[in-house]
Amino acid sequence: MISEIFATGDSLLHRADPAIKIISALLLALSIAVGSSLEIAMAGFVIGILLAIMARLSPVPLGRRLLTVNLFTLLLWITLPLTGGGENVTILGPMELSSKGIALALLITLKTNGIYLILTALPATSSVHAIGHGLERLRLPHKLILLLLTTYRYLSLIEQEYKRLRRSAALRCFKASTSLHAYRTYGYLIGMTLIRSYARSRRVHRAMLMRGFQGNFPLLALQTIRPGDLWLLAACVVVALTLAFGPVFW
Amino acid sequence: MDNNSTSNILDLRDISFRYPGQEQPVFAGIDFQLKHEKVALLGDNGSGKTTLLQIMVGLLKPEKGGVYFNGRLMEEERDFFVLRQQVGMLFQHADDQLFCPSVLEDVAFGPLNLGRSRKEAMEISTSTLRSIGLAGYEDRITHHLSGGEKRLVALATVLSMEPSVLLLDEPTNDLDHDARHRLLEILSGLDMAFILISHDWDFLAELCTGFYGLTHGRLLKSETLQVHQHRHAHTLGEQGHHHLSP
Ligand SMILES: Nc1ncnc2c1ncn2[C@@H]1O[C@H](COP(=O)(O)OP(=O)(O)OP(=O)(O)O)[C@@H](O)[C@H]1O
Ligand SMILES: [Mg+2]
Repeated sequence: MISEIFATGDSLLHRADPAIKIISALLLALSIAVGSSLEIAMAGFVIGILLAIMARLSPVPLGRRLLTVNLFTLLLWITLPLTGGGENVTILGPMELSSKGIALALLITLKTNGIYLILTALPATSSVHAIGHGLERLRLPHKLILLLLTTYRYLSLIEQEYKRLRRSAALRCFKASTSLHAYRTYGYLIGMTLIRSYARSRRVHRAMLMRGFQGNFPLLALQTIRPGDLWLLAACVVVALTLAFGPVFW
Repeated sequence: MDNNSTSNILDLRDISFRYPGQEQPVFAGIDFQLKHEKVALLGDNGSGKTTLLQIMVGLLKPEKGGVYFNGRLMEEERDFFVLRQQVGMLFQHADDQLFCPSVLEDVAFGPLNLGRSRKEAMEISTSTLRSIGLAGYEDRITHHLSGGEKRLVALATVLSMEPSVLLLDEPTNDLDHDARHRLLEILSGLDMAFILISHDWDFLAELCTGFYGLTHGRLLKSETLQVHQHRHAHTLGEQGHHHLSP
């Protein structure tokens, strides 16, 4: 479900403080998102690629994820050129392609991929656990953070329970089909997943209580802001400001 | 606290318990005392052994009766919080016990909750792991461990809190011969009181000095294990072996 595949590594960005990474990513993403020119979108995309290289993200899983993201932009590439309107219209056989629509699709594609790369290279190079602590240091309400951390923890539990049930159904030769038997089995599967996950979460909670849990997840790894982190933040602030306000002065 | 072997560490008085929606109570009026000793809790599947342990540490509330720890009645969650700092429990399913991503973090979770500094917690955790033969496991991912490894790590998470009482719910499940032997050595080397649930009679006979049987909602004490005949399979069976216990 959530596998945190990018969270392990020892690049510069992996070692950076999660709180700093969250702020930096937010600033960059925001400045790219509000920009309306193609140059800014392009710059955002390049920044995303540079950060991904800095974080030494493994290309294959990253590519696979980008593919998923671009399924959405593909939809825009299909619709926008036909519906974009405007004056510069290219005739392609029976179709009229609007260059305004194409430009818009390109803009959105660049922005989406740029922001996705930035979010992957910055916050996603920390574990969810570490991000929770980063958010805590950014003074977000404790309850929200607890919610994030426990949701994450229990999502993987639910996934585990579901997989276990699926496996046991598969081992007894269950095949998905459109029959009443299959629908009933799916009903049981989903119902049992929920009930068992609930029971399991209670057992986990008990085990946590036995070890002195009082509403905090202590973090073993020390989180301190180092000079390198401040440089990262400063660089990101400058870039974000340039993207946001640069066009006003040019 | 005193390690006087005659005073009761844990004292359950007249405990009755029933799961919601159940007609038959799991127990009716059970008394149980634990001194500085090692006792075994035996009983058939579903006789209520796990339930009894959970009542002892306040995870389940009895319908009737009270739990006393070092002579004090445990009433609120706050009381049990203090109790749980000294009573460690190994759950029947190790899967439920491990929830941090890495082994080291999981073992350090308890000490950190008890207010240890990160450095102390780290040191306690590595030395606990080493003491049970899991040196080098620090950075392993908990949900990728094998069943037996999970159980040993779960034991480490309990021992790292340095409890004075251990409650062990079927600790030898999933363990291979060597790991079981190591566990036996670890447990016999510990100077603390514990309650051991197991269906592994050889294991109980080697460790325990008191034996309790749970049947039909009643707890019966006996001084010795019944001598029993057993059959078991051996790999390398042709090499022969000794039985050290009855
Ligand atoms: N959450 C629950 N809700 C209702 N009944 C339960 C619940 N948990 C256990 N029981 C019932 O209470 C009885 C005692 O269960 P318990 O788990 O304590 O048995 P046990 O002695 O530990 O068994 P085993 O040797 O199989 O681990 C059983 O009959 C069981 O069906
Ligand atoms: Mg049990």
